[in-house]
Amino acid sequence: MTGLLLLIPVALFLGLSGLAAFFWALKNGQFSDPEGDAARILADDDDDEPLEDHK
Amino acid sequence: MSTVPLQAPTPEERDTVLAVPGMHCAGCMSKVERKLGAVPGVAGARVNLSARMVTVRHEPGLPVRSLVEALEDIGFDAQDRTDKAFQRVSAVRPLLAPLAVAGFAAMNVMLLSVSVWSGAEGTTREMFHWLSALIAVPAIAFAGRPFFASAWKALRKWQTNMDVPISLGVLVATGLSLYETATHGKHAWFDGALMLLTFLLAGRVLDAMMRDRARAGVDALLSQAAQGALVVSADGTTQWHAAGDLAPGMLMRVASGERLAADGTVARGASRFDQSLLTGESDPIARGEGDAVLAGTLNLGSPVDVRVSQVGHDTTLAEIARLMEASTQNRSRYVRIADRASRLYAPAVHSLAALTVIGWLIAGASLYQALVIGVAVLIITCPCALGLAVPVAQVVASGALMRAGIMVKDGSALERLAGVDRALLDKTGTLTLGHPVPDATALDALSAEDAAVALALASHSRHPMSRALHLALGQRGIVAAPLEAVSERAGEGVFATCRGIDVALRRPESAGTSAVALVIGDAPVRLLPFSDRLRPDTSEALARLAASGVTCSILSGDRVEAVGEVARSTGLTGIGGALPADKQDMVARLRNAGHAVLMVGDGLNDGPALASADASMAPGSASDVGLQAADFVFVQDSLLALPRAVTTARKTMAVVRQNFTLAIVYNVIAVPLAIAGLVTPLIAALAMSGSSLLVVANSLRLARAAK
Repeated sequence: MTGLLLLIPVALFLGLSGLAAFFWALKNGQFSDPEGDAARILADDDDDEPLEDHK
Repeated sequence: MSTVPLQAPTPEERDTVLAVPGMHCAGCMSKVERKLGAVPGVAGARVNLSARMVTVRHEPGLPVRSLVEALEDIGFDAQDRTDKAFQRVSAVRPLLAPLAVAGFAAMNVMLLSVSVWSGAEGTTREMFHWLSALIAVPAIAFAGRPFFASAWKALRKWQTNMDVPISLGVLVATGLSLYETATHGKHAWFDGALMLLTFLLAGRVLDAMMRDRARAGVDALLSQAAQGALVVSADGTTQWHAAGDLAPGMLMRVASGERLAADGTVARGASRFDQSLLTGESDPIARGEGDAVLAGTLNLGSPVDVRVSQVGHDTTLAEIARLMEASTQNRSRYVRIADRASRLYAPAVHSLAALTVIGWLIAGASLYQALVIGVAVLIITCPCALGLAVPVAQVVASGALMRAGIMVKDGSALERLAGVDRALLDKTGTLTLGHPVPDATALDALSAEDAAVALALASHSRHPMSRALHLALGQRGIVAAPLEAVSERAGEGVFATCRGIDVALRRPESAGTSAVALVIGDAPVRLLPFSDRLRPDTSEALARLAASGVTCSILSGDRVEAVGEVARSTGLTGIGGALPADKQDMVARLRNAGHAVLMVGDGLNDGPALASADASMAPGSASDVGLQAADFVFVQDSLLALPRAVTTARKTMAVVRQNFTLAIVYNVIAVPLAIAGLVTPLIAALAMSGSSLLVVANSLRLARAAK
């Protein structure tokens, strides 16, 4: 029984953090261009400089 | 180089969204981003390959036109979509969060339920039930909203749809479980309710994903109407105006190869215009000073100045759009097969549950016992498999069609296409490719040196004929000859010198025929005739359609003689000279005679007929109106897309019917158990997931249906 008291909150916490991570990804536009992201890793030139560098 | 405009633009910057339908790989993507990044004044560009769009961040003073021209230089057509970009609503996004919540809650509650099933007793079981309730109730309230909202909408109109039994089952299961939990009962059904929501939401997300993808594809194709025009002001200077900024009285300069952005009269110059999008007429018509020309027509000859008479809603183009709107209402009256099934299913299930309660009361059970068994009937009959039967089959079939180059714009389209027994085909652009192609025998007759010169000359012009010649010669593996002093004279041709000899690709002296003349030094002038060619595989496609019981005929707005020629070569009956309204009438007459009609067309003039037919298809080269009105859009040249779509639609409906049978068999087995009061939450969970998996597995067989 004491094991359960520890394990259930741990399980719920892990599940909730997964859910939170998904919501973060959804808000952050990680799902806005799945095709493009798949193709982008094949591009030779590194294109992950942030926009700020150009100002 | 290419950068990510994630943050909002600063006041000194502006974002422009361009649609670039030609991008489809990593190479195109980096080419576009690199080219745009090199334009002076551009801070960065980011391609969205799924949507075929590119967002460009630049100085506010930079004209959008220069971005479009930069892309044209590397061979990509682009259109400004800045205004429309914000109207694009994704059907998937609002469903993702409910799916995630339902999935998370279902997994955790299932974990707790498994321990209850395996024998947790007393306070442990009670604690698990309370924990389940704590997770499930908010999760159901959040994740069930799409179903509750749709069920409520139907109920308010005294109708029922698939969402009514779903919502009822979920709500009743939740309510009963809460009661059981509060009264220290043995059974709680939270896991079943959540699992049901997860399965159904997954089905809906798949469905929405396919529709989003098809819509994005079609959106990117919308391009035929000119985006604007070069307006000549009183002092002779020219300036680019977007189509929305044009006003009657303005003078626009239309270069050869450009489409008109507004109706008007020719003020200066004379040229030939391709009206095939508006009327279906395949031969270009000559228009001189004072003659009226229509928006959407293509200028094939020399540049002309056109005085704008009507813009936007007043153009002939807009008139056809109004005609179409009236006929789309026919379409919306179609009742989808899932909703037809639920019209029978929901009342049957609900009266069965009510009868069960009454029966147990008569048999002497307490009210509480009778209600629990009645609820078990509702839960076990909750149409999990039935709710997945149609969407999963359609999603899998649409995915297969999309891989074969056919985009399905509407879920119910596959149902409607499956029943088709008559097909009406437009001629120009549908049976034929719709653009001039150089005659193959004339090209064969050219020597390799002459062909090399012709290719080099053609590559210097944007005229539709030059482009076609460039493409045809390029495919023959010919390498362009070196040219010097190239000049393109509008309306005349391309002139240059090659190894000291004067060469030219120009308009033939005898005007009227579709041809170009190749002049090399003093050698005799060679005439290269152009003609509109039938699509590849036309005869095989028509034979396959006939074999599957679909009678085809041609319905065209072109001259009767031109239609007759195509009718002879395809062996179909044909009607020529049909106006847009005539085509619509023809469709209506066939439908009244009891036929289910498939309309295949591309032009504006086909729009009303496309909208009023039972199902409609358009080639990817079709006009905006054609693309929007059609249920299916096929992007490859081959006409085999037609029989392929019809067969796939029929296979899909066969699988849907099998799925319904599976769901009914499941009910026949499970419902007696429920009525007998033998169903526990464990059996319910097993039965529900089992029947859903069976339906999904059966639907997956469609993955190769379009082959």
